Amino acid sequence: MSTHKPKDTKDPASESGNGNVSRRDFLLKFAIGLNVVAGAMISVPLIGYVMSSFVKRLPLKWTSLGPVDKFPEGATRLATYENAYHRPWDGEAAVIPCWVRRITGEEFQVFAINCTHLGCPVRWFEESKLFMCPCHGGVFYEDGEHAAGPPPRALYTYQHKVENKELFIAAGVMPTLATPDV
Amino acid sequence: MNGTPKKSLATSAFEAAQSVFLWLDNRLHISHLWDHTAGHPVPKSAASWFYVFGSATLLCFILQIITGSLLAFAYVPSASEAYDSLLYLTYEQDLGWFMRALHYWGSNFMVGIMLLHMTQVFLFGAYKYPREITWMTGVILMLCTLGMAFTGQVLRWDEDAYWGLGIGAAILGRVPFFGEGLVNLMLGGPIIASETLSRFFSLHVFIIPGTILALVAVHLRMVLTKGINEYPKPGQLVRRETYDKEYETILKKEGIPFAPHGIWKDLAAAAITIGGILFCSIVFGPKGPTGPPYPADIDTLPRPDFFFMWIFAVAALMPEYMETFGLLVVPPVVILILFALPFFNNTGEKSWRRRPIAVLTVVLTYLVMGILTYLGYASPWSPQMDAWSGTSTVASRVKGRAPLELQGLVIMQKMQCRNCHAIEGVGGNRGPDLADVGSRMTKDQLVRQVVQGGGNMPAYGKNLSPYEVEAVVSYMASLRPEGEPAARDSTFPAVPPKQEATSGTHKKHGEG
Repeated sequence: MSTHKPKDTKDPASESGNGNVSRRDFLLKFAIGLNVVAGAMISVPLIGYVMSSFVKRLPLKWTSLGPVDKFPEGATRLATYENAYHRPWDGEAAVIPCWVRRITGEEFQVFAINCTHLGCPVRWFEESKLFMCPCHGGVFYEDGEHAAGPPPRALYTYQHKVENKELFIAAGVMPTLATPDV
Repeated sequence: MNGTPKKSLATSAFEAAQSVFLWLDNRLHISHLWDHTAGHPVPKSAASWFYVFGSATLLCFILQIITGSLLAFAYVPSASEAYDSLLYLTYEQDLGWFMRALHYWGSNFMVGIMLLHMTQVFLFGAYKYPREITWMTGVILMLCTLGMAFTGQVLRWDEDAYWGLGIGAAILGRVPFFGEGLVNLMLGGPIIASETLSRFFSLHVFIIPGTILALVAVHLRMVLTKGINEYPKPGQLVRRETYDKEYETILKKEGIPFAPHGIWKDLAAAAITIGGILFCSIVFGPKGPTGPPYPADIDTLPRPDFFFMWIFAVAALMPEYMETFGLLVVPPVVILILFALPFFNNTGEKSWRRRPIAVLTVVLTYLVMGILTYLGYASPWSPQMDAWSGTSTVASRVKGRAPLELQGLVIMQKMQCRNCHAIEGVGGNRGPDLADVGSRMTKDQLVRQVVQGGGNMPAYGKNLSPYEVEAVVSYMASLRPEGEPAARDSTFPAVPPKQEATSGTHKKHGEG
């Protein structure tokens, strides 16, 4: 192997006369090293691109559910709002429902539509004043408290405020057990 | 005269073809490739009907690539248009419904045959020395296939897809510390939206299929390097020291080239598989799409596709305290055990005839999965959302009732009791059937149950006036099989019947 390129024997670092091998060796290691650096440089943005959603937290936005008069006192009504961060190509998926309970006057409770068990949409039954979930049979009382079935906690609630006779909620997250009361 | 030119024409055509082949072979080394792949020797015993499932799974995958690519001619992976493009595919595009059906049934067959393949490999001990990597790549291939099934049902982008994503996110949301990040990573943001569909499209069309292709290459490479498992004979034990030589001897003594001598059963199975997929596609057609993915339209009963129905059932049946553990810890542990199986069971008996625990494991797994899938479809734990407004009551349960009792029936109906409680099988199955409740519970017990709830029933105390409770309870007390007396409190056995002369007992007088 070393006999192929005798001209390389001038390598001063080598005493055995195999200087060409150590030079090749060095160049190979150098090239691998270059690739490690290049690989790292290209990986950082790739990983950053993929993991940005893992890391990034968008602030909640006050989103209107409409004038308070839409919601009769002592009743619970379905309301919808537009996802605060929706894209033009979101389609109808940007319109998100929630349950609004107007206790009296400006006293409200706004519940997420998602059952706290596994996220299915709970339905309100006016007569028995219960929310029921069609997936695994979770049931909640009028005030969102857990009544029966597998859900581990009460319904998720949104922060809300009333301004100029308009009801706003802090929207921007689909609540799960990781982000319960947003 | 005539024969000579004809013969020479045929001969020269043959010679021309031969020289073309030889030229190609010289450049491409086809015959060499053939000898080392399709023509590799297999034990004669391995040319068995039990050994066709692997190639049939691969065939399904190839079909999925073809039909999937064709579906992508028309499908639009955009949250605002995916559903419409699916309707277009199903109803407007020529043979679009059929392509969708082929892709849907192809996926069902792929999952089904893959499970058969895995079961056969498990029962025949083929995962043991020296085929550990074949098994391990197989386990990852299984996960990829299930991943394809889940991402595929999301691409349908109908209401089931939308709420299926919600369920997936709710499961990830239970992960401690990283829950929120994982939910956002899965959905491409904090809410199900266009980014969600786009990343599931990428997973379903590029990332997972690419991974499968790479893993199939390794999987098949292992079949070539370590050979296909010989048909195990009871009592023939695998020993690390001797197995390789024994296998070589088997190949020398009774080895046949896979192609053409061992392949005909695989070919026949391939034709049967294609036939099965065609049959189901023609007869049953494609699945869905169900309703449009409008989250605001909450009048929906989200259900997963067939392969995940058992998970849906498990989620309903697990007690609350073990749920997070069951959803987050058990699956990885089971997968890890599957993955590591060849290492803690590397040698010894291969034949299922001498491995009763292996057989039991398979039987139990299939039984449990089968029952859970059935339960998932039946969903007895789900309230029947329209039972309160849509069910009837059997005439015998109405006839001859006092006004108060009839009032009770109406109140029960109105208060959605029937969503969870059937009367003679009509209504929800979440709670017990009330057809005989009058002979099981006393009036006092009924009052307590209605007012305070408990045992997975909400308390109705706040929503019923005392009069309504009285009416509902007196109706329920009248619900008992013919000839059976009302339930009585055993702590007061001496109370004479005259003292509880209410509407319930007065009928008893009439009957007696």
